[in-house]
Amino acid sequence: FELLFHSRDSVKMAAGQQWVLVEMVQAFYEAPAYHLILEGILILWIIRLLFSKTYKLQERSDLTEKEKEELIEEWQPEPLVPLVSKDHPSLNYDVVTGPPSHRIIVNGKECINFASFNFLGLLDSERVKLKALSSLKKYGVGTCGPRGFYGTFDVHLELEERLAKFMRTEEAIIYSYGFATIASAIPAYSKRGDIVFVDEAACFSIQKGLQASRSFVKYFKHNDMEDLERLLKEQEIEDQKNPRKARVIRRFIVVEGLYINTADICPLPELVKLKYKYKVRIFLEESMSFGVLGEHGRGVTEHFGVNIDDIDLISANMENALASIGGFCCGRSFVIDHQRLSGQGYCFSASLPPMLASAAIEALNIMEEDPGIFRVLQDKCKHMHKALQGTPGLKTVGEPLTPALHLQLENSTGSRTNDLKLLRAIVDYSLDRQIALTLARYLDKEERFLPPPSIRVVVTVEQTQEEMEKAAQCIREAAVKILK
Amino acid sequence: MTSVGDEYLFLSHARTALLIGSLAVSSCGRFTSYSSFPPQNHHASCTLLYKKPFVESFEETPLLVAVLTYMGYGILTIFGYLRDFLRDWKFEKCHLAREREEQKDFVPLYQDFENFYTRNLYMRIRDNWNRPICSVPGAKMDLVERVTPDYNWTFEHTGNVLKDVINMGSYNYLGFAENTGTCADAASECTVKYGVGVSSTRQEIGNLDKHEELEKLVAGFLGVESSMAFGMGFATNSMNIPALTGKGCLILSDELNHASLVLGARLSGSTIRVFKHNNMQSLEKLLRDAIVHGQPRTHRPWKKILILVEGIYSMEGSIVRLPEVIALKKKYEAYLYLDEAHSIGALGPRGRGVVDYFGLDPSDVDIMMGTFTKSFGAAGGYIGGKKELIDYLRLHSHSAIHATSMSPPITQQIITSMKCIMGEDGTTLGQERLCQLSENTTYFRRRLHEMGFIIYGNNDSPVVPLMLYMPAKIGAFGREMLKRNIGTVVVGFPATPIIESRARFCVSAAHTREMLDKALNAISEVGDLLQLKYSRKNRHGSEGTDCFSFLESHQD
Repeated sequence: FELLFHSRDSVKMAAGQQWVLVEMVQAFYEAPAYHLILEGILILWIIRLLFSKTYKLQERSDLTEKEKEELIEEWQPEPLVPLVSKDHPSLNYDVVTGPPSHRIIVNGKECINFASFNFLGLLDSERVKLKALSSLKKYGVGTCGPRGFYGTFDVHLELEERLAKFMRTEEAIIYSYGFATIASAIPAYSKRGDIVFVDEAACFSIQKGLQASRSFVKYFKHNDMEDLERLLKEQEIEDQKNPRKARVIRRFIVVEGLYINTADICPLPELVKLKYKYKVRIFLEESMSFGVLGEHGRGVTEHFGVNIDDIDLISANMENALASIGGFCCGRSFVIDHQRLSGQGYCFSASLPPMLASAAIEALNIMEEDPGIFRVLQDKCKHMHKALQGTPGLKTVGEPLTPALHLQLENSTGSRTNDLKLLRAIVDYSLDRQIALTLARYLDKEERFLPPPSIRVVVTVEQTQEEMEKAAQCIREAAVKILK
Repeated sequence: MTSVGDEYLFLSHARTALLIGSLAVSSCGRFTSYSSFPPQNHHASCTLLYKKPFVESFEETPLLVAVLTYMGYGILTIFGYLRDFLRDWKFEKCHLAREREEQKDFVPLYQDFENFYTRNLYMRIRDNWNRPICSVPGAKMDLVERVTPDYNWTFEHTGNVLKDVINMGSYNYLGFAENTGTCADAASECTVKYGVGVSSTRQEIGNLDKHEELEKLVAGFLGVESSMAFGMGFATNSMNIPALTGKGCLILSDELNHASLVLGARLSGSTIRVFKHNNMQSLEKLLRDAIVHGQPRTHRPWKKILILVEGIYSMEGSIVRLPEVIALKKKYEAYLYLDEAHSIGALGPRGRGVVDYFGLDPSDVDIMMGTFTKSFGAAGGYIGGKKELIDYLRLHSHSAIHATSMSPPITQQIITSMKCIMGEDGTTLGQERLCQLSENTTYFRRRLHEMGFIIYGNNDSPVVPLMLYMPAKIGAFGREMLKRNIGTVVVGFPATPIIESRARFCVSAAHTREMLDKALNAISEVGDLLQLKYSRKNRHGSEGTDCFSFLESHQD
């Protein structure tokens, strides 16, 4: 076939070429001498370039072997890691003995848990445990392989189907690590040269995903739609200058449903408007809002009544409300399916242990059977938010609906270390009085915008009215005592 | 251990000469690079570092096979274009998911050519991957039967189960993927007590006593001062390398390093240079150049140099030349990051990985990284090393601060299986598994070699790649093997170079001789059917002498 094409083409080409050749010879005779000489020189130059030795910039140095040896002898690397002082406040982690459930033993003290993101209390659910156990009996613990190579278990497929159904999207994909979910999803779509508009308060895994994507990142002020629109407009003007380039630059807005760093909800309806106005796709991180917001716990889309199809990709981890391990992305198949070959954390990592997938399925069952649970949680959140108002010296940061509040110092001492020490003293005071709290931890030097130091207060459905009152009371006492 | 110093001195002298030699042959493509570094041009000086023969072979691709393989891809590409054309003109039904109508005027999410390969090549043989399993991924497994009504675009489950498929694909090196026995029992108990989740990070309130127990055990197992465990193996690399190096640091990375190492290196913001796979000349040249020339443009000296290598390379079956790497690292004062994802548990008389295999001192490796997914039948990863390193990571690891900690039953599985390997459970079961694995590996590799297949990698590596080369044979091999009730992994581009498609077997301690024989017979049968016995080396019994002559060349 191929040959046939070739020969026929070459016949055609030959006919055309003959003409060209004749013309060329004619032109050669007619050309002035200086032209020929110039061309001759150029040809010689090309030949010289072809045959001259290639050289590398690096090896141009005229160091002798001995000098090189001396340089090598001389070189002193920095230590692999800087020394950490033994009494660094975060070096010794709080130790939890036994399960991190509603009643938790921290550093040997039995407390009520106001620190784990176990919003729906499913960590302690006997049903979830039993399901996990029966899965363990069938599949063992590990998967011993990535999804592609005999690491896909029937329970993975079931969980993906269930998640898609729960979220009312076409498809879902699961990852074996919550952090890796959005961090893998972003670079699967956004490549070098693409533009991502990101909220300043975006969590660390989003930041890492952006970094891995090597895209052009534009940060807008936290939840400030005007600032976002300003950036979008700027880009629009830029696009008009170079419409050809603009036609291939993908654009994304990456936001969190409920920000882990600020405990705020994103203004989703406005974002969707901007999406269509400026033709930007929206990626939504829902780790804190999935299983929390909305009548059925579907997250921030349900909370605002936004059509879920308007969001291009939703990602969430299964480590908070679902109290298992891993994460998932969901959306239309057109979008999600791409990750099965391009999501790094999906392709190159061992799949989720089946017992954890089974646990997540059972947790979904519970959520579907009893949607009242979300109402209860939301009421408790509001209650806690109210109870913490007016704590002297501390301000409550976050929406009333959020299950993970931040308590920040009203007046900073001016030094982060000292602020953290004060807050830690409050945490310690509470620990002694059976209230387990924790400081919100950040990587001080790596965070794009480092949030002020804070104490996390997490609300779960298991906490009773009394316990919440007690916690609020305890924090107030501590604040009065320590922040004097 | 004392002799290492002398050898290293000797080596350093020989190296200067070597360097000049390697400069001369700087531009050999990947094609030939394989044949250039294994035993043939292996200098006598290095052999002093090895206590036993280091036999690694990468037989050159036969020319005819290479040509035919390229032709195969050519034909596939032509047909791909043809079918794309037909799809465009709606002659052929297009099964691809489409963009929403509302978003048709958005910038396309994918570039069309990006998916050409997926659509026209991968889709044809997609049934060989993601095969769902519905049992323990042990020596034998049950597969969910799938059929496709539309040439692999969609799959339907028939409801039938393919029972007792021999599993040559899972990384179950020591056979700890089990649903009965001490490990499973301990994990069950732990589930009852702790539940499955943690819902917090290590630094906040997710630091369980189980995690601390595991970390102490891992440190003891590895023979290092301290260790830290993480919930995902991939993330152990990608989230900790950035904590170790940064701007102004240099990372020297093997060209075949795993995606997680590449990602970690990239996220760190350091300069990355790549050396040829397991090629010490290439590594040394990069080290020397780096120190002599310093950073590009500014010529400031590098802050530090980190070498990234893996213990066993999962697609090649090769073992890192660790004694040489350590000698180089010491000579040039670089730091060494060793990823033992596949080698921990699977190599060495005590199962302590590649360090144990070569009889080296773990303190010579600055960062010992590994995963729990494979040999331990669990999930997650660890980093081991000096106390200062781990203390630093406890404060600065992205994973410790921003990722949920490891699930308790998973942690328990690792603890129990590791104790079993160490013999701390009071039995010799772990030791037996180690022996069985090494025996199985030797047997399986020897038989394949005798049959005349081209197999890559080290004689002691339980990862056994068998070369298929041609794209059509990828699908055919996977399917034919499954017909014979054997589950294998086949891989092609982009996981391998374009012409080096291969099948990969992972030998396990759980495989009985009977299973291996059954698998080998099937491989031989399929090999004849697909004409895979490419090897032109001597076979049938001459293998012994082959090895012997190599040994001799090492000793002179």
